[in-house]
Amino acid sequence: MIKKKNKMKRPDAATSIELYRTMLRIRLAEQKITEVYPTDKIQSPIHLSVGQEAIAAGVCGALAHGDHVHGTYRGHAFYIAKGGDMKRMFAELYGKDTGCARGKGGSMHLADPDAGLMSCSAIVASTIPVATGDAYASSRQGRKRVVVSVFGDGAIDEGVFFESVNFAVLKKLPIIYVLENNWYAIHSKVPERRKQLDLYRVAEGLGLTGEKFDGNDASTVYNAASAAVASIRKGGGPRLLEFTAYRWHEHVGPGVDFHESYRRKNEQALAQKNDPLKLAKADLTKRCKVKPELFAQWEAELRREVDEAVDFAEKSPFPTVENLFQDVYAESL
Amino acid sequence: MTKRMKYGEAIRTALFHAMEHDPKVFVFGLGVDDHRAIFGSLTGLAEKFGPERVFDTPISEAAMTGVAVGAAVNGLKPVHVHIRSDFLYLAMDQLFNIAAKWRYMFGGRMNVPLVVRAVIGRSWGQGAQHSQSLQSFFMHVPGWKVVMPTTPADAQGLTLAAINDPNPVFILEHRLLYDIVGDVPDPPVAAPLGKAYIRRAGKDLTIVANSYMVVESLKAAEFLETQGISAEVVDPVSLVPLDRETIVASVRKTGRLIVVDTSWTACGVSAEIAAIAAERAFDCLKQPVRRLGMQPTPCPVSKPLENAFYPSARTIAMEAFSMLGRAFPDVNVPVLTSTFKGPF
Repeated sequence: MIKKKNKMKRPDAATSIELYRTMLRIRLAEQKITEVYPTDKIQSPIHLSVGQEAIAAGVCGALAHGDHVHGTYRGHAFYIAKGGDMKRMFAELYGKDTGCARGKGGSMHLADPDAGLMSCSAIVASTIPVATGDAYASSRQGRKRVVVSVFGDGAIDEGVFFESVNFAVLKKLPIIYVLENNWYAIHSKVPERRKQLDLYRVAEGLGLTGEKFDGNDASTVYNAASAAVASIRKGGGPRLLEFTAYRWHEHVGPGVDFHESYRRKNEQALAQKNDPLKLAKADLTKRCKVKPELFAQWEAELRREVDEAVDFAEKSPFPTVENLFQDVYAESL
Repeated sequence: MTKRMKYGEAIRTALFHAMEHDPKVFVFGLGVDDHRAIFGSLTGLAEKFGPERVFDTPISEAAMTGVAVGAAVNGLKPVHVHIRSDFLYLAMDQLFNIAAKWRYMFGGRMNVPLVVRAVIGRSWGQGAQHSQSLQSFFMHVPGWKVVMPTTPADAQGLTLAAINDPNPVFILEHRLLYDIVGDVPDPPVAAPLGKAYIRRAGKDLTIVANSYMVVESLKAAEFLETQGISAEVVDPVSLVPLDRETIVASVRKTGRLIVVDTSWTACGVSAEIAAIAAERAFDCLKQPVRRLGMQPTPCPVSKPLENAFYPSARTIAMEAFSMLGRAFPDVNVPVLTSTFKGPF
């Protein structure tokens, strides 16, 4: 029941351009990560969102600066889309003192509270209740912000997802649960983990009716998220949005693994056909009359931004050993 | 000014005080607004501060712990209450992967001013799953502060200190302490976190005990005195941060150490304190350190088995005699009788 509305009202040109640029920024940053990775300068696991950029761009495009996002170990895309500092992200991946978590978190624990990207965690589903508590605080503080909880299809196997949704429905919290369905929990397919495959319906018994959308199309994602945000700003309760997507890379690491036995037969072709950047570029070309030169200009500009971030990370100092002991507690014990 | 009151009432005064002075403080957990009010420690709170700030929750320990973290990170001060500490096992991920690591893992940019109150439900046949004492878990993982208030004054002072603290703080309350009466500051005052108390001075041996085991140890020390043995009873009260200096000074003075914990000995608080003595007072030890805790079994229900499961004034006194190389006298050791009756 994918709501692929051909006649849907597409976002205006400025918004569509912004969505495209956000996706390109994510794509180029992650491509750079795969280039750097073999040098062993990034010494920690990385989980890439290539192929899934439309969800981060579309959802964050619908949010205000003061809204909050809690994500997962596959966190680069939402970090960048929410406006997280690119230089500090690369420095974090390099384990440098200038990183967004001073090198303590790495790729799986990105956060930039100044940008509203509040947390990413390496434990599946573990930020869902925290996001719910963030929304509870918002609700107590006059609903001053909308909170987005992002997780994958594997996370709805965890009990804490249901516990959290129940509480959010009970208290009518200003939260959007964003389910990125890329069909795999590591290598385990959705049908190997559950009988009922309409994931957006998973919380119906708790009183939360979800919706499912094509997550490859940034405009669709943006529209769905904007509608959910508008409903919550008007005082509505929680929403659950499922977005389908293709994960181009292996679960963890820089490789592309469409050839592996766990993948569906035609998956690479489908993924390429549904490439969010390709779809958005075609739309911008046709509908907004964007010229090839402008695409090239954006790409050059964003490549420069990524290169500068890498340069910043490379030149930044590592934390000193004294740093090991800092920030376990707010004060030193 | 001080006022005499019970342990539960002392907690209540701290919460009233904190909630009156800081609208960010809220109290939630299963049963916090019911007629029982967590052994009276929350009586009148829901009426005074309303359902926005004092509320019952779904039976979802994991998510509710995460909710507390999310609220704490975003400007509120949650006090999450568990009438049985055993249920915290359901929230292990949120307690230790999330709350304990949040500040560090995100580079010190956010604090988690969260308080978790949990009650040890010992006695009246509570059995294997309603009697556990989880301080060692919390002490093991960096990120949590851990306190076990013994007296009503501790209960008030440490509850306030925990709420004022910018870190996650675990308060473990022993149910058998709720009937204890003591002098408590009025108006309430926060007590320092990380300060141990010498509950009784002595010279022949040091007993380091926590929570309800302090009560048993004091009873033992009273008896030992009648037998010519002078025991010093040290109560750490705060396990993280731990006042090592007070413990080490006492051990260096007496040269003998018995550690009595409300939980199991393996990898526990008693092991940690014994290690501290070995590391920092080895040259003064006249005897190997002794440890007492729950027997290495789950807690049984049957009364004779349950009695054998826990340390008591008698077993503590016996340990002291053994340590001093004296035969245990053929006299009755006073037994502590709890007025506590179940079934809850």
